[in-house]
Amino acid sequence: MKSFRFLLSLLLTVSVFYGLNTKFGSVPPIGKFLNPYTGFWQNESDEVIHGKVSINGLKDKVTVHYDAELIPHVFAQNDIDLYKAQGYITAKHRLWQMEFQTYAAAGRVSEIIGKSALKYDRQVRRQGMGFGAEKAIEKMNEDPETASLLKAFAEGVNSYIEQLKFKDIPVEYKLLDYYPEEWTEKKTALLLMYMTKDLASYDSDLERTNALRIFGKDRFDLLYPEVFDMEDPVIPKDTDWSFIDVPMTETPKSDIPLETIAKTLDKPHPDNGSNNWAISGEKSYSGNPILANDPHLGLKLPSIWFVMQLSTPDHNAFGATLPGALGVISGFNNHISWGETNATRDVVDWYKIEFKEGDPNKYKHDKQWKEVKQRVESIKIKGEETYLDTVRYTHHGPVAYDTNFMGNRKGTGFAMKWIGHVGGNNQKTFLELNKSQDYDDYVDALSYYTAPAQNFVFASTEGDIALWIQGQLPNKWKGQGKYLMDGSNPDHDWQGFIPQPFNAHTKNPERGFVSSANQRPVDQSYPYYVFNDGYETYRNKVINDFLGSKDKFDIQDFKDLHNNNYNLKAADLLPYMFETMNISGLSVEEMDILNDIKAWNFNNDIDETGPSIWSVWWGNLYQTIWDEYNIDEVALQKPSAYQSIYLLKNKGNDVFMDIVATPEIETAKELFLISFKETVKSLQTWKVANGNYHWEAYKSTFVGHLLQALPAFSRFNLPIGGGRGIVNATSKNHGPSWRMIVEMSSPPKALGIYPGGQSGNPGSKYYDNFIDDWAAGKYNQLNYMQSEIKTDAVIATQTLISE
Amino acid sequence: MNTKGLNFIATFVLALILSFFMPWWSVMLAAFIAALLFSLKGVSSFFVPFLSILVFWAGYSFILSNANDFTLARKIAVLLPLKGNPYLLILLTGLIGGLAAGVAGIFGGQCRLIFKKE
Repeated sequence: MKSFRFLLSLLLTVSVFYGLNTKFGSVPPIGKFLNPYTGFWQNESDEVIHGKVSINGLKDKVTVHYDAELIPHVFAQNDIDLYKAQGYITAKHRLWQMEFQTYAAAGRVSEIIGKSALKYDRQVRRQGMGFGAEKAIEKMNEDPETASLLKAFAEGVNSYIEQLKFKDIPVEYKLLDYYPEEWTEKKTALLLMYMTKDLASYDSDLERTNALRIFGKDRFDLLYPEVFDMEDPVIPKDTDWSFIDVPMTETPKSDIPLETIAKTLDKPHPDNGSNNWAISGEKSYSGNPILANDPHLGLKLPSIWFVMQLSTPDHNAFGATLPGALGVISGFNNHISWGETNATRDVVDWYKIEFKEGDPNKYKHDKQWKEVKQRVESIKIKGEETYLDTVRYTHHGPVAYDTNFMGNRKGTGFAMKWIGHVGGNNQKTFLELNKSQDYDDYVDALSYYTAPAQNFVFASTEGDIALWIQGQLPNKWKGQGKYLMDGSNPDHDWQGFIPQPFNAHTKNPERGFVSSANQRPVDQSYPYYVFNDGYETYRNKVINDFLGSKDKFDIQDFKDLHNNNYNLKAADLLPYMFETMNISGLSVEEMDILNDIKAWNFNNDIDETGPSIWSVWWGNLYQTIWDEYNIDEVALQKPSAYQSIYLLKNKGNDVFMDIVATPEIETAKELFLISFKETVKSLQTWKVANGNYHWEAYKSTFVGHLLQALPAFSRFNLPIGGGRGIVNATSKNHGPSWRMIVEMSSPPKALGIYPGGQSGNPGSKYYDNFIDDWAAGKYNQLNYMQSEIKTDAVIATQTLISE
Repeated sequence: MNTKGLNFIATFVLALILSFFMPWWSVMLAAFIAALLFSLKGVSSFFVPFLSILVFWAGYSFILSNANDFTLARKIAVLLPLKGNPYLLILLTGLIGGLAAGVAGIFGGQCRLIFKKE
């Protein structure tokens, strides 16, 4: 009896231990997680930001002043110390995020969350993310200065990780039950690849190939025009290109393969884009140029940005950094300011690959059978066996689609050609921009930059403004890369790159301002083939009209423009709909809603119902026009909103307007009515379920935690207007991720804010403390310190010293 | 002081000391050792260490969280889910610690009995 009881109690103890020490599904190991001395309760505090910290290998003392926004102002005596300190400080506030992003970039998420991420990881691997990061590391290591700074940054991160006690690791590690690993230079390369993927991997070549096959060339060109009737390119139309003396690649005589593709890889968010602009001294209220930037990305917590001041006796940069990369990415120093928007250039192409029968490791190219290189991707999965995926690399790039993955049939594959695989020292551009003193320095800094291609806006205290569309861009023949190409035909290979000095740019244009909002980069006079999967068509018009509307602008004008909610798309179509739609049969409820939207002034403001009605109506209308696209097992991408509206207004009787499923022949105006009636129904249903559908409630903007918007760590129902295609591009979970305005006085004066907070710890009051001001269109004054002498703005100081 | 009181205090003090250098399950070790030192009978062999650690864990987590306006506790109480109530989360923390200590206490008692016999 005694031994039975003994065994029973032993069993009970072991079971309780196991049960409380093990992660079950998404439930963390509950004993480990809840205990107050190493569990999450230890994260219930703000970070320590005072005192002395010793860091291995510092050459000199580094002073870090924090202001009330928890922005670190780092004062080092040399670059090595500076970037070591940047690594240390960033890790201190954002370790989990900076590491998680590199896991996502490398296709290693299954390692943390298990099998549910395997498909994602395989996609990432098949896109060659790791391969690209290795190429980037090779290039960065060719430059000894970049290499030594990357190393210093990694040492800084690692000295934080080494000092970290288990009880202090970020709460997400405790929740998912894993531990931070060593930071390496490759992780910085992976982060930069992540940005390249997010910003320069959007493509629909395969969807276009399907559309071309199904609809034919004439119809295709009507649906997907390369040039829109309304054009206001990034680089002003009257720019002189006569200095360009390297011709465009000649178009070969050859056919493109018309394949049927059922499904394609996941795409980055289609709204990833941005605004930036700068006005010259003549247009400025004070005579100093003023610059603004707001990158539009997914609204995430912890934020993609971390604001820092990075200073040595030689340079003094301030602005938004990307946790994991060195230097300031969008910001200013005492001489210049800069910011980025995504350049709309096609840098992803696809090739049909024919494999040799009986030997899947040989593929046809230039009338020969060539050998592929195999890269075995080993994907660790939490709690399960490692998954091995062999990816074959042709000289084009990785064969992403084949019989093992989303492929069509044996013997055929699709290989990806992507600028992300070429490798480049993109880090150097930012290191150089941080210390640039004038336009020439800026141009020199950009010359190293390959991807993701960006519109780099520039303003200087000397009075220059400029904008370069910079990236390593293939010199394509007309039409190259618009559709799937023939991987066996050497004429279809990329033939070379546009020489960097011939990248489109403008300096001090006559109109007194430069701007970009992801629209067409240049007009047709630019002597190279320019094509992209999608051009922005509305925001840029509103920005340029605004900047052309007055002689002088002040800071308030810039704030107003950032927060401009004018819905040009709605203003473009709605009056035409009101005019042509037959309203004789509308019910009283329908007339009420129609009168509501008729009274709307086209501003997507939070208390208006117009934007909600428009949003539902447009969504219904768009689906109804393109009902022809609902074909199973064929990947297609519907035409742009801009072209859809053009067709509704100009070709309202086109056969595409007809709804295939009905016996009647519909035209545009019938579609207006049908989609309006649907809209009324769905708004009424929404109202019953959720209450009043004013724009704030209907859009219900949220900023979601990086772990699938874990509700506990996210912020919901934010009162902010705007929307897709609007200068204030805030849609449900996407929008201005960093708003900055810099006046190039001496020293510059700057404002900045982002939807998040400096701390990555959900237990800190600095985790999300900017969000309310951001939503309200307010800014923080950035305390640009001119020396390390403490000012009133400093709330605490930490000193980093060598051990 | 009776054995129950001594066991309660021993469990608490041992758990406190061990917590400085051991993982969460140090409370099990504390309750186990306390049971060897001060043996208890019947349900009290579970409930005394249970209460001792409940007080330790709930008390400590309250002190930590109270100092930070329960910022994180409110969020974790959404996650687990306890309707965002930090006090329920503090109670749950105490119960979990108590459970671990309680079963270890029973086990300690049984060990002592076996050991005595031999």
